[in-house]
Amino acid sequence: MTGSASGLGRIGVVTFPGSLDDGDAQRAVRLAGGEPVALWHRDKNLHQVDAVVLPGGFSYGDYLRCGAIARFSPVMEPLLEQARAGMPVLGICNGFQVLCESHLLPGALTRNDHLHFVCRDQKLRVERTDTAWTSDYTHGQEITVPLKNGEGGYVADEHTLDALEAEGRVVFRYVGGNPNGSRRDIAGITNEAGNVVGLMPHPEHAVETLTGPTTDGLGFFTSALKRLVTA
Amino acid sequence: MTPSPPPSQSAQRAALDTVKHATDTPATTQPWAELGLKEDEYTRIREILGRRPTGAELAMYSVMWSEHCSYKSSKVHLKQFGEKAPETDALLVGIGENAGVVDIGQNYAVTFKVESHNHPSYIEPYQGAATGIGGIVRDILAMGARPVAVMDPLRFGAADHPDTKRVLPGVVAGIGGYGNCLGLPNIGGEAVFDDCYQGNPLVNALCVGVMKHEDIHLAQASGTGNKVILYGARTGGDGIGGVSVLASETFDATGPAKRPAVQVGDPFQEKLLIECTLEIFRERLVAGIQDLGGAGLSCATSELASAGSGGMRVELDTVPLRDSSLSPEEILMSESQERMCAVVEPDKVARFLEICEKWDVIATVIGEVTEGERLEIYWHGEQIVDVPPRTVAHEGPVYRRPYERPSWQDSLQADDAAALPRPGTGDELRAAALALISSPNQAAKSWITDQYDRYVLGNTVLAQPEDGGMIRVDATTGLGVAVSTDGNGRYAKLDPYAGAQLALAESYRNVAATGARPLAVTDCLNFGSPEDPDAMWQFAEACRGLADACLELGTPVTGGNVSLYNQTGDAAIHPTPVVGVLGVIDDVSRRTPIAFADEGSLLYLLGDTREELGGSAWSQVAHGHLGGLPPAVDLERERLLADILIAASRDGMVDAAHDLSDGGLLQALTESCLKGGKGARVVVPDGLSPFVFLFSESQGRALVAVPRSEEVRFNDMCSARGLPAARVGVVDGDAIEVQGSFSIPLDEVRAAHEATLPEIFGR
Repeated sequence: MTGSASGLGRIGVVTFPGSLDDGDAQRAVRLAGGEPVALWHRDKNLHQVDAVVLPGGFSYGDYLRCGAIARFSPVMEPLLEQARAGMPVLGICNGFQVLCESHLLPGALTRNDHLHFVCRDQKLRVERTDTAWTSDYTHGQEITVPLKNGEGGYVADEHTLDALEAEGRVVFRYVGGNPNGSRRDIAGITNEAGNVVGLMPHPEHAVETLTGPTTDGLGFFTSALKRLVTA
Repeated sequence: MTPSPPPSQSAQRAALDTVKHATDTPATTQPWAELGLKEDEYTRIREILGRRPTGAELAMYSVMWSEHCSYKSSKVHLKQFGEKAPETDALLVGIGENAGVVDIGQNYAVTFKVESHNHPSYIEPYQGAATGIGGIVRDILAMGARPVAVMDPLRFGAADHPDTKRVLPGVVAGIGGYGNCLGLPNIGGEAVFDDCYQGNPLVNALCVGVMKHEDIHLAQASGTGNKVILYGARTGGDGIGGVSVLASETFDATGPAKRPAVQVGDPFQEKLLIECTLEIFRERLVAGIQDLGGAGLSCATSELASAGSGGMRVELDTVPLRDSSLSPEEILMSESQERMCAVVEPDKVARFLEICEKWDVIATVIGEVTEGERLEIYWHGEQIVDVPPRTVAHEGPVYRRPYERPSWQDSLQADDAAALPRPGTGDELRAAALALISSPNQAAKSWITDQYDRYVLGNTVLAQPEDGGMIRVDATTGLGVAVSTDGNGRYAKLDPYAGAQLALAESYRNVAATGARPLAVTDCLNFGSPEDPDAMWQFAEACRGLADACLELGTPVTGGNVSLYNQTGDAAIHPTPVVGVLGVIDDVSRRTPIAFADEGSLLYLLGDTREELGGSAWSQVAHGHLGGLPPAVDLERERLLADILIAASRDGMVDAAHDLSDGGLLQALTESCLKGGKGARVVVPDGLSPFVFLFSESQGRALVAVPRSEEVRFNDMCSARGLPAARVGVVDGDAIEVQGSFSIPLDEVRAAHEATLPEIFGR
């Protein structure tokens, strides 16, 4: 169902006021062979994109709570609708926070347990490879991508955590040290259908050897694009 | 309309001090001394105006004639940077604008500048440091550029002093909190500890911006009828008098609490301001633009009007306020952050306001450019300011402060570090090495830099702990820039002339070590009180030294900042000229990192190693000593070394390069081995003792890793150009081994180097 005249998968990247890694997400889509489409927070439709990335940053200054204001942006209405209908959605860092605030994903992100912002190259283990964004990885594969946040501690009640584990919805786990106090070392999760994925680390910053620690992050975008071609 | 103003303000409001009122009441006593003016300065204002100033005028003159804004003590020395400027066609905009602009080719231009936010950061570390970032970013933005990176040269008191635990974490959190939220990668900087900064920490901030040549904007108001638009945050009561109170007086333990004078930052607002302004630039809607920083609207209106061809009329009561009880004087002095002032042709105003609305940025037409040469400000229809703007902005007082070589300078220089007891045996050298690399100044700074986002924008090619930060400018061609900041206050204390030159030399060397060609300089000159002849001599010598060295190296000073009064009582900081060098690299994929990552690569020491220990890190760590002379300056050698490093990068002759500076060869070995995760075996060259080989801080040196396949070509190049190059070892194993002397496993090196700051400041 690619809607692009170019034949490339069109992946939208939403810019909220205060989004920071939107340009990087667009670059990652391009490097993966897709066509990035800039979406504005006031857009009332998604311009026929095939998938959406909610990028990192500090939407609305992270005032009130990270992601709490962004979830009420006009663009979120069609996005929620299409996400529920199966469209691939990836939330990175602040985007993950927006997805949790929107209840597309369970749980919440809280202040890092050491109370500092942390920027480092983080090793992750891929625990689920049949989501829209992880099919190009192998189960148990370890990847290294940058992590940079002040409020990245994943929390949920025990019941929810148990359910996530039982349903195989933990997509990424921190390896080599938990950087922020996330419960059960959870770095990223997916919804029941596997089309919505959220994670704190930044795959879009690991797409070129020149500027990232690895190119391990490209797989997110190639996974989504392949799915669009075969869908 | 004020709900219930405090009595003093209602009284003020009742008796608005208009120009007419001031003319009619010449004998009124005015608080010029409280506002930081000297008596003769006040007298001069009365002469300029031909009457007493109104309260609003007095407020404007007092902030604009403060040391911070007027450079009144430093001006006579700073002019050397213009007079001795090297011939260059790289400079598109020079000193005097918000920041200098450098041509880097392919129609790209880069603007960069370093500024201080020292005093506010001591009083309120988080907000002081945060708004330091905000201010320098707006300076860069105002030139027409997109800000692309920041870096922060920092100086603190002793690492284990209780007050450092208050100041440092707050400063670091403030830099991170503001810069991270703005989405600007932090790519370098320094953190230095020394007792001399205990009551006067230095928080300098550098920003780099990129634009196309045709995008350059200037701070000037011309074109009668053009509108003056204030946009960004509302004006509040924060930072009132910050400039004159904070930047121009020394801290006095008995003084009043000064907390309210520190501004409070909102990085989200600044992010919107950046994107909004860049969109406005893209549509060419602006005739002149100025950011609001120190001295707020006083500065922006008078500088715009002063630099333009006409006058300006401002309706001050139209300024959007956060606090409706502010008096006109307070509005003029307010240093509320995240504000800009633009001059816009009338037919472009509507579109300008539309873009501001898109970004949820408040924008208000507050006045217009007028015929004539006066800056006139009105408050509800009544004239409260009527001044020639040049007298406010550009024709402030100039002082030739007395200066004299300090009486103690000779004895300090006579106290030679060569006389200090040294380690001799292998065990002693090993212990000295571990002590050095784990000392707070030489230890890893990742506790600090890991709190900064270095990835955002996706163009960071090199970041700390590399020798210089490097940013890709054009993804298609690979064009990029490298920036480094350096400054060694210990060297400058021993000899301020040489110390300033050494700061430039190190920064220049660092940029060249990445493979970039140094082009231009920005400086932040941090000194003690100009009223102290010792400190003033240090300042004069440092300016002379830096100007001479810039001329010799062909790198002009494009702008910067002076911070004086970094002094508590008689105790001034070490003279600390911080020098930033910007370089260009045609293809960032050719950059040279510091990491020794390739086993078998050969280590070459470039340059001459002499016994030079004065001001060295070793003398500080091992003996708490500061005396003698700093290492000798040889700028011709620096230039040759840079040429070799740049050529080696371009032609792929080296895997890694690390400049040698404080901590000498040992420090470079440590950082390069740890970054690459590989050990090194080194051999002490004939004629040197292991101690001097490892710890001397002779200048004009670098340590490079040469692939075996390139050895002949590299050697030929060095010998043809006359640069001494000695093969001193090989990248190998998992230890740093000095043959015949000692060996330290890499794990032990890492533990020693990386544990220090976390142990002091917590996880």
